[in-house]
Formats: sequence, structure tokens, C-alpha cells
Amino acid sequence: MKMPPFEYACPTTLSEAVALLASRDGDAKALAGGQSLVPMLAFRLAQPALLVDLRKLAELREIRISTDGVRLGAMARWRDILDDRQLAAAHPLLKAAVAEVAHYQIRNRGTVGGSIAHADPAAEMPGIAVTCEAEISVVGKSGSRTIKSADFFHGPLMTALAADEIIVDVRLPAWPARRRWGFVEFARRRGDFALAAAAVFYDEDANGRARNAHVGAIGVADRPLRLRPVEAVLNGQFLDEETIAKADAAASAAVAPQDDIHASAAYRRALIGTMVERALRAAHARPV
Amino acid sequence: MPVRFEVNGKEVEVEVEPRMTLADCLRHVLRLTGTHVGCEHGVCGACTIIVDGAAVRACLMLAVQAEGSRIVTVEGLSDDDELSPLQKSFRKHHALQCGFCTPGMITTAHALLSEEPDCDAARVREVLSGNLCRCTGYISIVEAVLDARAAYRPKDGAARAAGKP
Repeated sequence: MKMPPFEYACPTTLSEAVALLASRDGDAKALAGGQSLVPMLAFRLAQPALLVDLRKLAELREIRISTDGVRLGAMARWRDILDDRQLAAAHPLLKAAVAEVAHYQIRNRGTVGGSIAHADPAAEMPGIAVTCEAEISVVGKSGSRTIKSADFFHGPLMTALAADEIIVDVRLPAWPARRRWGFVEFARRRGDFALAAAAVFYDEDANGRARNAHVGAIGVADRPLRLRPVEAVLNGQFLDEETIAKADAAASAAVAPQDDIHASAAYRRALIGTMVERALRAAHARPV
Repeated sequence: MPVRFEVNGKEVEVEVEPRMTLADCLRHVLRLTGTHVGCEHGVCGACTIIVDGAAVRACLMLAVQAEGSRIVTVEGLSDDDELSPLQKSFRKHHALQCGFCTPGMITTAHALLSEEPDCDAARVREVLSGNLCRCTGYISIVEAVLDARAAYRPKDGAARAAGKP
């Protein structure tokens, strides 16, 4: 349907944007790519008094790769990530996950910061942030702060972000060469939100045993999860059939999904085990 | 509030409420009704237009966000008298029936082929998964897009220039 009325501002500096957001007692919203917020407005699930468009804040668009890792400006679009040739080596897991985000047209406008702020439990970027222990930098009227991904997502569409705060960037720790990784998701139709997805990575020691395993689950809870029991199954082990079977079972046991209109709890529980299994097989099989 | 942008090569200035989508602005203010509106929340792809070279959903963009942009709608892809190579291919392959989704299919495919004239069938299917068709089905649409690729390759520069975003 048609959107509710609102005022619109398009500031040219970050401090101006923060001042505008702070000016309405929590009734102003930042507008990034609009691929989640505009549907929320069209359904009238969101009715802010003021939209603060961030599109002129060019400093938020930058993708920077350094020895510290990958810094994604909040206004970097999915397509900017997919077009960045260096990211295939600097963070292949990120690139693989972003390729699964929604559809072509959405990827031309949707942004990293918008997805993180929207916090859909089935969205790829929040899942990657949690799996990779990303740090999220925000700025508000009382200054800047950095929030760990593990502390950022509170529930469906609920985050640690205050009403006057804007996400500046998302920092993913450095990705060592030869790290093994996999990203697998399942949706009934291409481009739909995943019923479940798994993001995994691990390093190998000199003997080929898994170390530093990170296993993330998307779409099976009210927020993206790290599956620590699965990581415990993997660390110190060879990725053989026995270990993969144990990881599958541990993933199903580690989650407590709810029944909803898309899938039963039992189905999602089984599905996340299969997603972890497939992601691990992909990680193990990929040449490094 | 006043907004200025370029549509199909012409500078325009419109007066719109901030809440007006770019799709509604094109249709109701500028009377460019080739852009169709299906779902109004970013699911169906019927309203796809090309903004600064990239295919986007016009229902998920506010008109005020288009300030300073270069926009191409389906009307801008061909001269009034002649179909573009992509449009001819849709006709040849019977890639439309009721035609409601067709402007979005054409703009999406045009943006894709302009950037990736050598894309394969899997890529065409992946990209068109964001556009819903309820009558023809996708097989003939995919065939039409694949058959139009030659017109977008550099050696056929003349044909490509006809509808460059």
C-alpha cells in the first residue's frame, strides 16, 4: 500500500545526520538502501516522523582491505562486495554469503549497514558478522562506540543500536590464506529468505586437524547464532565422515527453533544439521 | 518537495511528497506508465527501472532519492517506431502473454546484458528469479534473453547503442 507521510532530510555530513536522528525523540529513522525499510513503510509496520537519507555520506561507502581484515562501510552495497575482485581472496566467505542475498535488483541497492540495522534473523550479513566475530562501529549524539556482533543482535528486528545512532562500518577480522570455509543456505525459491543457512570456517594445523572452528546458524532462532557445541566437535579433529556426522547431530541439538508458517520446528532442526554438514563438506573439498 | 533527475535522456523537475515512490512518480507525475506496479513492496520486479546503470525496483526507491540520477525506463529502450533487439527477441520467442511483467523483464534483462553480454542460462535464470511472471512461464523468456546476447556484444556496437542505459 502507499506509505504513511513522513518528512525527509538528506544531510551531507555524518554529524548532521546524527543531529537529525536525535531531533525527534526516537521517531526518526536512517534510510540506507531502503530495501528493508521501504517495504516496512509500505506495510505501515514503520511510521517514522522523519527519514534521514544517508546517500550523500560518501565516506560510508568505502570497502577497505588491510592486514587487520576487511572494513565494510555501512553504505557499501551488496553489488559493491560482489564486484570487488580482492574480496574473493580477502574474505571468500563474505562474498559467497552476499551472493545469496535476495535478488539482482535488491543487491544493486541493499547495503551492509541497512541489513545489520534491520536484523532479520534469516539475513545473511548479520549471520556472517556473528560467525566471524565482526565489530560494528556506530556513532550517535554521545559519541562513537564499537559493539561486538555477539552483543549487537537482540531479537527479530531488535538490536543494540540506539535511536540516534548510525552504523559507520562493520569490521571483519583478517582472513588467513588456506582457511577452509563453506556457506550453504536453503530456501524454497531462489532469493527468498533462507529457511536455514550455515556459515562455517576453520583453520588446519600441520597434521590437517581442524582448529579455530567457527560455525554460524541463520534462520533458526530469533537472531543469528554461533553453534559452540558444533565447534567443540570439530576442533582437534580430521573432517572425516564420523566427525561430519557428529557435527550434523550437534547442530540439530544446539538449536531450538519455533514452528512458524514457513516450516515446523522439527523440520528446521533437521535442516540446520544438513546445512552444517553440507557447508563442512564444501569446506573440506575445496582446494586451498 | 522539488526533485530533479534525468529520465530517458530528458531533464525533469517534479514536485512530490517525500513518501511518493519513484514508481508512482514515473507513472502518475511523469505519465510514463510503461513501468508497472505489482506488489508495491519489492517482491514482484514489475517496476524494475535502470538508475545510474543498475536495475533497481522503483517501488523501493523514494522519488526524492532520485535527485541527480540518470533513469532509464522501458520507454527509453527503443525509438517509438522500432523495437530494440531485446524486444524483438521477446516477440520472436513468444516471451510474453498478458504483458504485465514484461517491462520489468525487459529492463532487468537489458541491464544484465549491458554488463554481462556473455552470461549463461544459469545466470539469466538467477537474475530473472527476481521478476515474477504468472502466465507465460520462464522458458521462453530465458530463451529470448539468451538469443538477444549477440546484440549487446561489442562487435555489434550499433545495435547496442540503441538502448544503452
